[in-house]
Amino acid sequence: MAQYGLLIDYELCTGCQSCEVACKVEHDFPVGKWGIRVFDDGPWQKDDSNDEGSSFNWNKIPVPTDLCDGCEDRVNAGKKPTCVHHCLADVMTFGTLEELSKELAKKPKQVLWVIK
Amino acid sequence: MEFKNDLGKPWKYEEDGYTVIRTSVWSPPGCHPVGCGLKLYVNKDGILEKVEGDENDPITKGRLCVRCLDLKEVIYNPTRVLYPMKRDPKYRGQADKWERTTWEEAYEMIKQKREYVIENYGVEAIAAFSGTGRNGGIMVQEFAHEVLGTPNACYTQSGYACYTPRAAATAAITGCYYPEIDYAGGVEGTYDNPDYKIPEVVVLWGKEPLPSNGDGLFGHALIDLMKRGTKLISVDPRVNWLATRSAIHLRLRPGTDTAMGMAWLNVIINEDLYDHEFVENWCYGFDELKERVADMTPEKAAEICEVDAETIRKAARMYANAAQAGIAWGLAIDQNQNGTQAAQCILSLIAITGNLDKPGGQLVGEAKAAEPAVDDDMTSTYAATGHQLDGWAALGEELRNKTIGMKEYPLYVNSIRNAHADLMLDCLLTDKPYRIVMGMIQSTNIFAPTNSAESKKWHQALKRLEFVFATDVFMTPTIQACADLFLPLKCAPEHNSINYTHYSGSQIHFGITNKAIEVGECKSDVEIAVELGKYLGREQYIKRHTDEIAWLNNRRAQRNLIGGGKEDFYTIREKVHIQQGRKYYKYKTGHLRPDRQPGFLTSTGRVELYAYMFEGVGADPLPYYQEPPFSPHSTPELAKEYPFILTTGARTYAYFHSEHRQVPLLRELNPNPLIEINPEDAKELGIVDGQWVEISNQFGSAKLKAKVMPTVRKGTVMAQHGWWFPEQDGNEPNLYGVWQSNINTLIPNHYNGSLGFGAPYKCMICKVTPLKENYDVDMNEIQEKFKKVVD
Ligand code: SF4
Ligand code: SF4
Ligand code: SF4
Repeated sequence: MAQYGLLIDYELCTGCQSCEVACKVEHDFPVGKWGIRVFDDGPWQKDDSNDEGSSFNWNKIPVPTDLCDGCEDRVNAGKKPTCVHHCLADVMTFGTLEELSKELAKKPKQVLWVIK
Repeated sequence: MEFKNDLGKPWKYEEDGYTVIRTSVWSPPGCHPVGCGLKLYVNKDGILEKVEGDENDPITKGRLCVRCLDLKEVIYNPTRVLYPMKRDPKYRGQADKWERTTWEEAYEMIKQKREYVIENYGVEAIAAFSGTGRNGGIMVQEFAHEVLGTPNACYTQSGYACYTPRAAATAAITGCYYPEIDYAGGVEGTYDNPDYKIPEVVVLWGKEPLPSNGDGLFGHALIDLMKRGTKLISVDPRVNWLATRSAIHLRLRPGTDTAMGMAWLNVIINEDLYDHEFVENWCYGFDELKERVADMTPEKAAEICEVDAETIRKAARMYANAAQAGIAWGLAIDQNQNGTQAAQCILSLIAITGNLDKPGGQLVGEAKAAEPAVDDDMTSTYAATGHQLDGWAALGEELRNKTIGMKEYPLYVNSIRNAHADLMLDCLLTDKPYRIVMGMIQSTNIFAPTNSAESKKWHQALKRLEFVFATDVFMTPTIQACADLFLPLKCAPEHNSINYTHYSGSQIHFGITNKAIEVGECKSDVEIAVELGKYLGREQYIKRHTDEIAWLNNRRAQRNLIGGGKEDFYTIREKVHIQQGRKYYKYKTGHLRPDRQPGFLTSTGRVELYAYMFEGVGADPLPYYQEPPFSPHSTPELAKEYPFILTTGARTYAYFHSEHRQVPLLRELNPNPLIEINPEDAKELGIVDGQWVEISNQFGSAKLKAKVMPTVRKGTVMAQHGWWFPEQDGNEPNLYGVWQSNINTLIPNHYNGSLGFGAPYKCMICKVTPLKENYDVDMNEIQEKFKKVVD
């Protein structure tokens, strides 16, 4: 069986949390439990910062948790995982590791999570 | 991988035992009129089981924010009010004294009270108060003027400090409606449409569109544009996420936007970067503007705004040199006493760079023709004009002149057909110039900190009314304290409606809200207007707007939307999303004026960089910088006691203003009211991340939880607004904890600009004191208390 993954271009992940909420609604997880979480890398001021742009390092990095089942039911029904479908920045892709690893090689600032 | 999608599905279809309704929603619960596409999966029992984003939406393409994703927790919330309720006025503030009543009895109570008020005080003694972000909110003039017959519609925020100041300045200077950035929302194929051009630069000026989606601009369109090459400039005191992705960021001192704008004009004019053709043919007063901004050199602005002069130059050049560029200008312009002048600068920048009405520049709507040709394929009209003007006109001059504030601020009152907010508060408290006796609280939680300043005064003021009826979805502190009759509102999946980007004023999108379910005995704002209008014997509801659908058909026809209003609601509902199409360069073709002559709808027919309209009401026709009313420079003594600049109003994804606090999953995203503070300041005051603090000034105080963030300027704190605690005791005096974290108690009234617009919500002063107590909310308790009643 093909192995699946979630590819996320975190350069443009805005931290909107739609992935977190879509996932939690779909799976009805209780308070404190999530299938995916968006973590902050930063914000911290870069050494060469001035008043011009990009002076802060601030990346939002979504990380699927142990509760992520890759939206098995949806995928079996031919639908995208709900986090991918609703992602406001449209930066998430679901697919086989084979196809996603090709995409991964195309640009920096992406993460590829293997769905267990 | 290939996935299935629902592209091309009809507005209603069956799937796996569900009826699926495609709809474009706009509130309740509150939001801006983005009209995001939803697929609502309704089961055999009429219960909404599932909400999905609709990929047929031409703009969002199925993407959704957290609030619609979690819509079911609003609709099936156990604390939602599902039936009309009444309470004897002597029991105001007592949560257990409400009794269920019928709509018939409710209408009768309103009718009797209205007749009593008209007989004893005159109809102007009735006022209808509105808030923001509900589709009913823009009906406040209708409720006041047409249903109740009073001139006193009132949006209660000091200086109407939201949108209207920008819109009024635009109308005065350009004769157009609000100029939105062109993100291709209105044209088929959006970004790929051959007539469209991607803006090379977008300036985010006091606006964070990602969580706010202001006025229907789909915020994440910015991300779509960035993927297609758009570069950003941010003008904002705070480093928000988009600022970290901007080519230039000007972190100006809060409230100094006008100085910044004047400096940009100075650079662009002196370095000859402006569009000569546009200025010569289509602008009036360029020389006067040039002279006015001559003193505001980048160096001078750098001193006022506390940024680097060279960066101001670079930003102005980058904007002016772009082949097409947009300025997304936000709430920060309104929430400033000097905001009208900031708006004037931004409009002047848009005009002199030739970006007005250009592909990939700034969108403006089309004017309604005086005598529309039968086949006039007009795509949109100025918002508001035509919509409720008939009701305002029908009041007659004598009654219109009684509107609170007409004498003091005629431009404010006439342009938005509203009583002046700050003067209304005085009137309620002092009975001068006359007493207001009866009130309607229409979809607004007045003293939860969004839509009022010195909120405790509004609390006192509203309690002085003899009779108050309110419409809402949930019990609020405002209704609990001050109202006698609660009329429950439908949420978006429960009503039919039409929503428009910019309230119909831009050529972008309009969407059809299709009813999918029924809950309790709730009614929509339109149903209430129609039924109450009829009950009160108001002729036009008896003869014309006889039910929800007739209302939608008539009002839509007035707005001259697609098909000239010829197709009826049942026909257009099938389309769900309609892109309005657009014409560019309308000032050349006559489509900005009702007489179809080229030019702009101003006294000179040009963009009035020198604003005659302002001069006409005794105000300065040219922009000028004015220091915020309270600041280290304008009030140095006070600033020693209150050394921090307080900014408020920044948006979160989880909440729409004061809404959504009783929605467990959204609450979990942001359980407690936060205040951002710079690490150096926190260290000096001995505050650690997560510690509760009190902010206070000469007007009020509030407790919030510190979030130590290097992204706020040292010396500035940024406090979340809208907070109250539906889980707490609702009785007076606690009122669901509405005073605990009420930051608007720190904002004064009557610090408006010369036209009556603007208020210092984003540039006040305060001190910060660490607290030992911990007020953290228990999320398990929230989940238990507000768990939805269906699965
Ligand atoms: S793939 Fe499904 S289960 Fe996994 S994070 Fe996304 S929504 Fe959650
Ligand atoms: S939904 Fe998309 S943009 Fe939003 S936080 Fe998740 S990955 Fe980021
Ligand atoms: S922006 Fe408004 S309409 Fe769109 S998904 Fe969010 S709450 Fe719903």
